[in-house]
Amino acid sequence: MTWIHDHILTVVLFIPLAGAILIMFLPKENKNGVRWAANLTAFLGFLVSVPLFFWFDSSVGEFQFVEKVEWIPSIGANYSLGLDGISLLLVLLTTILGFIAILSSWTSINERLKEYYVFLLLLQTGMLGVFMTLDFFLFYVFWEVMLVPMYFLIGIWGGARKLYAAIKFFLYTLVGSVLMLLGILALYFINRSQTGVATFDIVALQNLNIPVNLQLWIFFAFFVAFAIKVPMFPFHTWLPDAHVEAPTAGSVILAGVLLKMGTYGFVRFSLPMLPDASSHPMVVNLMITLSLIAIIYGGLVSLMQKDWKKLVAYSSVSHMGFITLGIFTLNPNGLSGGILQQINHGISTGALFLIVGIIYERRHTREISEFGGLSNVMPVYATMFLIVAMSSLGLPTLNGFIGEFVILQGAFEENWVWAALAVTGIILAAAYLLWLYQRTMFGPLDNPKNKNLKDLNFREMMTLVPLIILAFWIGLYPKPFFRILEQPVQKIMERVRPAYYAAHPDAFGAPARLNAAAQPSASLETEAAAVRSAEKRAGASR
Amino acid sequence: MQTSDLIRILPEIILAVAGIVVMLLGAFQKQNAGRMHPAIALLGLLGAAGAIAYQYPWRSLDPAFGGMLELDAFSAFFHILFFLVAALVVLSSSEYVAQERLASGEYHALLLFATMGMGLMASSNDLIMIFIGLEISSLASYILVGFRRGVATSSESSLKYFLLGSFATAFLLYGIALMFGATGATNLTEIHLALQAEQNTVTAMASPQLTPLVGPVPTALVGLSIALLFVGFAFKVSAVPFQIWTPDVYQGAPTPVTAFLSTGSKAAAFAVFLRVFMVALEGSAQDWVWLLWVSGLLSMVLGNLAALLQTNIKRMLAYSSIAHAGYILVAFTAHSEEGVAAVMFYLAAYALMNIGAFAVVSHFGNRGERYVEMEHYAGLGYRAPLLAASMTVFLLSLIGIPLTGGFFGKFYIFRAALHADLVWLTVLGVLNSAIAAYYYLRVIVFMYMHPAAEQIPVERVRPAMGFVLIFSMAATFLLGIFPQAVLDFASQAAALLLENLGNGVL
Repeated sequence: MTWIHDHILTVVLFIPLAGAILIMFLPKENKNGVRWAANLTAFLGFLVSVPLFFWFDSSVGEFQFVEKVEWIPSIGANYSLGLDGISLLLVLLTTILGFIAILSSWTSINERLKEYYVFLLLLQTGMLGVFMTLDFFLFYVFWEVMLVPMYFLIGIWGGARKLYAAIKFFLYTLVGSVLMLLGILALYFINRSQTGVATFDIVALQNLNIPVNLQLWIFFAFFVAFAIKVPMFPFHTWLPDAHVEAPTAGSVILAGVLLKMGTYGFVRFSLPMLPDASSHPMVVNLMITLSLIAIIYGGLVSLMQKDWKKLVAYSSVSHMGFITLGIFTLNPNGLSGGILQQINHGISTGALFLIVGIIYERRHTREISEFGGLSNVMPVYATMFLIVAMSSLGLPTLNGFIGEFVILQGAFEENWVWAALAVTGIILAAAYLLWLYQRTMFGPLDNPKNKNLKDLNFREMMTLVPLIILAFWIGLYPKPFFRILEQPVQKIMERVRPAYYAAHPDAFGAPARLNAAAQPSASLETEAAAVRSAEKRAGASR
Repeated sequence: MQTSDLIRILPEIILAVAGIVVMLLGAFQKQNAGRMHPAIALLGLLGAAGAIAYQYPWRSLDPAFGGMLELDAFSAFFHILFFLVAALVVLSSSEYVAQERLASGEYHALLLFATMGMGLMASSNDLIMIFIGLEISSLASYILVGFRRGVATSSESSLKYFLLGSFATAFLLYGIALMFGATGATNLTEIHLALQAEQNTVTAMASPQLTPLVGPVPTALVGLSIALLFVGFAFKVSAVPFQIWTPDVYQGAPTPVTAFLSTGSKAAAFAVFLRVFMVALEGSAQDWVWLLWVSGLLSMVLGNLAALLQTNIKRMLAYSSIAHAGYILVAFTAHSEEGVAAVMFYLAAYALMNIGAFAVVSHFGNRGERYVEMEHYAGLGYRAPLLAASMTVFLLSLIGIPLTGGFFGKFYIFRAALHADLVWLTVLGVLNSAIAAYYYLRVIVFMYMHPAAEQIPVERVRPAMGFVLIFSMAATFLLGIFPQAVLDFASQAAALLLENLGNGVL
């Protein structure tokens, strides 16, 4: 038990890889064998990751489950893994969406099955590595390696314009990431000249003092990589192409997890490592402006889409805008909301892509005009779609509301205009999602091709039900999630705006000692105060 | 001459003997003796590698032949690399030689002679010796390039290579002569001392109480000589603007020979390039660094842009090899210990992945190199999965995707360059490596994402070729995942090479 406790991250990380290697040796003809092997691997990967949630101690600010082995000593790169609250949530999201994506492909993929599952599982390991690693070099390795399986997934199993989409995806991301590599190297050299230690250790690099000028350069090197990945406004053009052409599982993973790598990059690297650049007025204004443009522009473009999947893809641009907005408000509300919204977006948009995939598998078209009145023949499907759409557009009691509300609260604290503009994104979301729902689910069932559509089977329900449960959980009782985020948010705030908590001792994640200063009694009471403030925050968001 | 001198050149002696044996066998035996030649060539290479290993540890060896040859770790690194390259080329060309009915004896003998010349280049510490080594390897390569005598393009490329190559060698020779005129030495260490003394004189003149130790060295002459030496070496490594010959020669040469030229010869040229510029001319680095800067940048940009437009895989790889020379020059421009180590590591990684890629091209090309267009590769991923998978690994490594040697090589190069504050060159370098992804990916696109247009026969992979593919693939991954050992070797060699230069004690 202690062994597994000490090495759980390695186990979680490499189960998909091990499964992929196993599948490579299975005979090609045995399609069901391959399917079972892939599904069981992914399910096992999910099961093994569940204890992380229970073993994680959210009152500890340090990274947990840390593993560290020397890798390339001469450059100071280590194999080092660890989790804090932010990465814990993303790792759990990845394991569950990874399983669901694989489960959803059971019947939709029939060609080159073996390669398909191998690539999906490799991708899974790559994504988990990105979120788990505590070494910047290793991070870069995972970040880049993951491009390859995704490229093949889009390029081989994709739709009509798959080649264009695959290459565009690859090149866009590659251009961003090579610049990031230079940023990483710059930090590495600065650290070496300041401390004399050659290391890519993320914790060490988070404690540097760098002149603002230099910080800005490095920030923009990172910015290109992360903004392309998110994608933020002018860099978003690869996303609709990649989404529309990718197979369903690819879209689920892409929207659910891959895009989060960009926002995760901002939270994990840009903010704590380059605090002066991140809080530079020019940068903040730029980031907020781009976020607001993404929110509104993404919403407007979604409204005009004729293709169901493209609509969801553009809605992603809009929703990701909320996340970057939250992050760059640079206050605890915005940050915690932005981080939680990453998870919410993964759940809602992942589910929306599953919904699209289910109908595409039956009809092989995604033209919205082809559909109408589907609720008559597919009632279960229609119900689930409704819940998912509500979660995406931010209906209270569902997850999207919590995240967006807290982000807006954070934005309002800084500048009410930001909040006012961002709210239009929610209105637009309601418009395009409800209109989509109306056009596809309601109305007369006039297209004869839709008359005999089958409702969801058990497997398809099982891909959606876990996501819906999670949506309700976060919507009704988000407290455990906020509690997990408290420590990481506090650490980021102390780097980016060191004076913030002194001025706002009641804010989310405020260190206990500030509360203790107010009531200097026993430590028990300070803890109680921290819990109270967390409850207050959770209550407020509800 | 002493016994120790002979031991220093034992690897070269073994190779020469093996080459002569192979050639004689070819002359005296009837047909069907072809199988013996690769075996003897491999034995010779193995023996030569043994002779290198025998002299371990290389750091404590004295220079041989009055300082003409230096078997240090730097030279040992390159020797091992050359032998590896030559062995892989021998193994991967057995199919090709049989299929094209090439004269096996001469082919293998020439390969051995070229390798021997390259070995001499790596260890020579004297401009004259460098010239001799370069000529031995070049003459053998000129013939190898034109080895498909019946094919017009092969003869054409051989002639082109010969003419341009001789022209470049003439520049080199002229540079050597001028250097001798300026410093009175051809030995690299002596040149270094002479140039350093000159700099001391300049400082001495600023403070008149010190008297100059040596007569003045004419600076203009040295500058001109550096420029001429640069031309000669830049030609050999196919750096812009002396790259014109590369695409034609690489395309026209028999594919295994192209593999040999683009990896072994290029590495040998870089070995002497490094030694001359880092040992003899380090003192006047400010005079030549900008040359490397410009040439490196242009090589990357032109190589990549031209490669984007190619439809023939051999030609595409030829242009890409110009770009790779550019990346290497980026590390060279840093002119630091780290930079030298980065060049060495990159050359090793590049050799392995490029030989692998050319092995696939050679195997798939079939008789008369018929199938070397990208569109011929359509659907290969499903018709020959292992061949295509290995090609994919090599191409990803050429792009520089992590977990492959290519990534680590690039990482190391850009690290050295950034450390030397070459920020703009580094930025342009990494952007170039992103551009390059496009044309490498195109091959992958054809292999996996296009249906096969016509039924192109794919021969079964024979054991020798299979070994080359598996070995290169394993080595590419090894260099990408556990690069430590090779990295240490390269860094120690680089440190040793530059050890005492700073204070002039040699």
